[in-house]
Amino acid sequence: MQLFPCPFCGTRDETEFHFLGEADSPRPAGGGTASLAEWTRYLYFQRNLKGRVAEIWSHAPCGETFRMERDNVTHVVYASASLRRESAP
Amino acid sequence: MSKRYSALSLAVEGLRGHTGWAPVWRHPRPQPAYDAVIIGGGGHGLATAYYLAKLHGIRRVAVLEKGWLGSGNTGRNTTVVRSNYFYPESVALYDLALRLYEGLSHDLNYNIMLSQRGIINVAHSDAEMEICARLANAMQINGVDAELFGPEQVRGVAPAMNFDPRSRYPVFGGVWHKRGGTARHDGVAWGYARAADALGVDIIQNCTVEDFLIEGGVCKGVITAAGTIRAERVGLAAASHSATLAAKAGFELPTRIYTLQAMVSEPVKPALDTVVLTLGTGTYVSQSDKGEFVFGGGLDRITSFAQRGNSPVHESVVAGLLDAFPGLGQLKLMRQWAGIVDVVPDSSPLIGPSPVPGLFLNCGWGTGGFKAIPAGGWLLAHLIAKGEHHPISRPFDLDRFARGALIDEAAGSGIAH
Repeated sequence: MQLFPCPFCGTRDETEFHFLGEADSPRPAGGGTASLAEWTRYLYFQRNLKGRVAEIWSHAPCGETFRMERDNVTHVVYASASLRRESAP
Repeated sequence: MSKRYSALSLAVEGLRGHTGWAPVWRHPRPQPAYDAVIIGGGGHGLATAYYLAKLHGIRRVAVLEKGWLGSGNTGRNTTVVRSNYFYPESVALYDLALRLYEGLSHDLNYNIMLSQRGIINVAHSDAEMEICARLANAMQINGVDAELFGPEQVRGVAPAMNFDPRSRYPVFGGVWHKRGGTARHDGVAWGYARAADALGVDIIQNCTVEDFLIEGGVCKGVITAAGTIRAERVGLAAASHSATLAAKAGFELPTRIYTLQAMVSEPVKPALDTVVLTLGTGTYVSQSDKGEFVFGGGLDRITSFAQRGNSPVHESVVAGLLDAFPGLGQLKLMRQWAGIVDVVPDSSPLIGPSPVPGLFLNCGWGTGGFKAIPAGGWLLAHLIAKGEHHPISRPFDLDRFARGALIDEAAGSGIAH
């Protein structure tokens, strides 16, 4: 069992977490004016780096969405940080 | 050069104490240039080289494998072959594979131990039976054998299953696919390797591709630990490592890298002569010729390049097996292992030109690459030789994501791939 650090709940079992995607892949700015290539990349493509990566995960029981840095070969977790904003935009 | 295998050659060698067998492929040093280089010495890469040499007359071909032949997913799967898919595009692809498998032992002069023992997808509710009827109808319309079974017919092909109506996943029936079955996974890799080598293909093991040779935006070869190898056409058939190699060539792939586990029990006497998949748990199982129960289930949903798998999925797969076959509860697990699979959002493979001219793709098979080996190799060979798609591979081009023309088999046939 891998243990992942939820920024809100602390260390919990891997079965409670859901992988959402790679970090630093922002939604294309400009909505409908963004190009087909930008939307295709955003929706489907990934870098798929091997080794130390930054990813977006969610913790199902509390709903926290956060950024986690880990190694996808050794499974060492380096950091996790909440993506919550201090106040609603 | 290896000799032709036959009942006579086996008998003669038996009388001679098996002293006359020779290695069945060479261990050449890489040449500085080839007509085509294939990255990945698994089933797909070796099959590609074989069909390039046999069907297209391109014999100056090298297969580069970073480990040993079949050491990736080709040697890690549960050996099931089948073509029970939903969409016409998928059926054309996977049934090509199954038809090639059906003649492969003769074609390669190598026994791949194909056993068309049939596969049953078991349903546990009226709603799942309706999905099964939909799948069986689609398969029949597309020309693939399929039969909708009731519970008594399931009992007929898998009597060791749990038929207690009070069980968590009771047997309501299922889809029977008679031409499905198993094949010897190592044998497929070795058979293709031996046949390709006999046609002049250089199979180079322990040769890691580190980068691509790109000149003027065109792929002109590969850079390996053993030096630069030039080739006008390069095929990429490296499963999950296709994505990491694509990054070196400057493009991304629409894949997610997950771990898929499998395991075997200790060997026992024959008790199951078909392949069983239960839709409720996703566990699938067959019994090998040695008597081991070979089984697996769903993916570890943690993106990973580690080839080992983790305990939560391991436990759920074993629980799924014991729900369907409570009588196996006394067996010991002998081995557990995992492969890393590249899963595409629509659970269909990526076959076609890459964004870099001269570099062609055959990857993204996810959890279902073994059953597709002959078709993947056949189609990539066609692409490399002709420079364009065969009609069967065209729908699986990388351009389907921008076009929105996905082939969503996970939704279509309801099977994890």
